[in-house]
Amino acid sequence: MAQTLERLKESASQTAGPYVHIGLMPNFCGIGGVYAHDLGATMVNEKTKGERIRIKIRVIDGADTPLKDALVEIWQADAAGLYNSPSELRGSADPNFSGWGRQATDMTSGECLFETVKPGRVPFIDGRPMAPHITAWIVARGINIGLHTRIYFGDEEKANAQDPVLARIEHRNRIGTLIASREGDTYAFDIRLQGDDETVFFDI
Amino acid sequence: MTGQKLAPNSRPETGAFFQRDREWHPPAFTPGYKTSILRSPRRPLVALNNTLSELTGPVFGHDIIGELDNDLIYNFAAPGEAAIGPRIIVHGRVLDERGIGVSGALIEVWQANAGGRYRHKNEGYLAPLDPNFGGGGRIIATEDGSYSFRTVQPGPYPWPNGPNDWRPAHIHFSIFGHGFAQRLITQMYFEGDPMIWKCPIVRTIPDHHAIEGLTAALDMQATIPMDARAYKFDIVLRGRRSTLFENRLEGN
Ligand SMILES: [Fe+3]
Repeated sequence: MAQTLERLKESASQTAGPYVHIGLMPNFCGIGGVYAHDLGATMVNEKTKGERIRIKIRVIDGADTPLKDALVEIWQADAAGLYNSPSELRGSADPNFSGWGRQATDMTSGECLFETVKPGRVPFIDGRPMAPHITAWIVARGINIGLHTRIYFGDEEKANAQDPVLARIEHRNRIGTLIASREGDTYAFDIRLQGDDETVFFDI
Repeated sequence: MTGQKLAPNSRPETGAFFQRDREWHPPAFTPGYKTSILRSPRRPLVALNNTLSELTGPVFGHDIIGELDNDLIYNFAAPGEAAIGPRIIVHGRVLDERGIGVSGALIEVWQANAGGRYRHKNEGYLAPLDPNFGGGGRIIATEDGSYSFRTVQPGPYPWPNGPNDWRPAHIHFSIFGHGFAQRLITQMYFEGDPMIWKCPIVRTIPDHHAIEGLTAALDMQATIPMDARAYKFDIVLRGRRSTLFENRLEGN
């Protein structure tokens, strides 16, 4: 027998369930007075640098119905391509930009909206620049483990064509599921949980 | 805003996270839990080695935490009143797979009241609301990953899945570590509850050791006599590789 590695196992995931708002967005679901505001509700302030954009997200199930009880978190670099994180060693990110947002899909429309800035480019593992992108994480009732995906921008065709992550997607016809389309200052991004246009989800 | 800096002598880690063991976690498609049927991706996940976008993550400062955020008995109660139910303290550590405490982890919790009723507009169980119980709380772990909060033990509740399915008593947990790839939501169960093994949501987890890992132990030593019992619940997030011998193109 060899020595044991003595590693622990990650705690197993469980669904966020239908009442995730109570813990993560209490003000959104009418529980006032516990937290002043819901964490992640605001990513920018008047001093944030960069181009202001909005991301409109829907999460759609296998029966083509938008989820009205999903929770989406996004994580992105600032306009200069720096993350507001202690593990960011390349420089200091914009102190007026959190880089992290959290929204629930609306209980009637099934949409959620993030007000943010267009992220700058961040290097891939080998140093090549990745196309501007946002990381998204989706939880809901019926989702047993949070789903990771990326949001790329439809008006960054050249950068997208050279992106080392998109290049790894074997089925080229699926790349479109990761690209948000622009209209004015708003990008629309549909996350399809299953079906012919199932969004690409990553095992990160 | 985020952006809390770590202690000056603790250099932030930037190694990739250990691969997630997908056999240990519940799969996406678990027909016994009916809602998963239409909400489960059917195509294989695309494997992605961690880039900075997954290695970094938001870190939260103590400035977000209010005085009663870790006390669900009082954080929604009217002055001089308290939530009804068996008083408990839940405590433990947030560790990573290497056994290292995750300093400054943000833990957010939510639960039903002692009767098994959630304070939520979509909730219709006939058990009454407790006017003094909101059901949510949050804590930032200390330097060694320790955390604790006070609450009432939640009740079990029925839910529409099979004709007679009940959730065991449980507390929902959401945890942020140091990298977005560590992001985790799970649930804590209570030692000795026979409902655990009957629950279709618990049973989405294939390995019974993984279920035991979500079951908090009654901890009489941490109990406050004549006041509150204690349960100990450790949470494990993904570990990360050391970068000691790696050539990195970016950083430093
Ligand atoms: Fe629950």
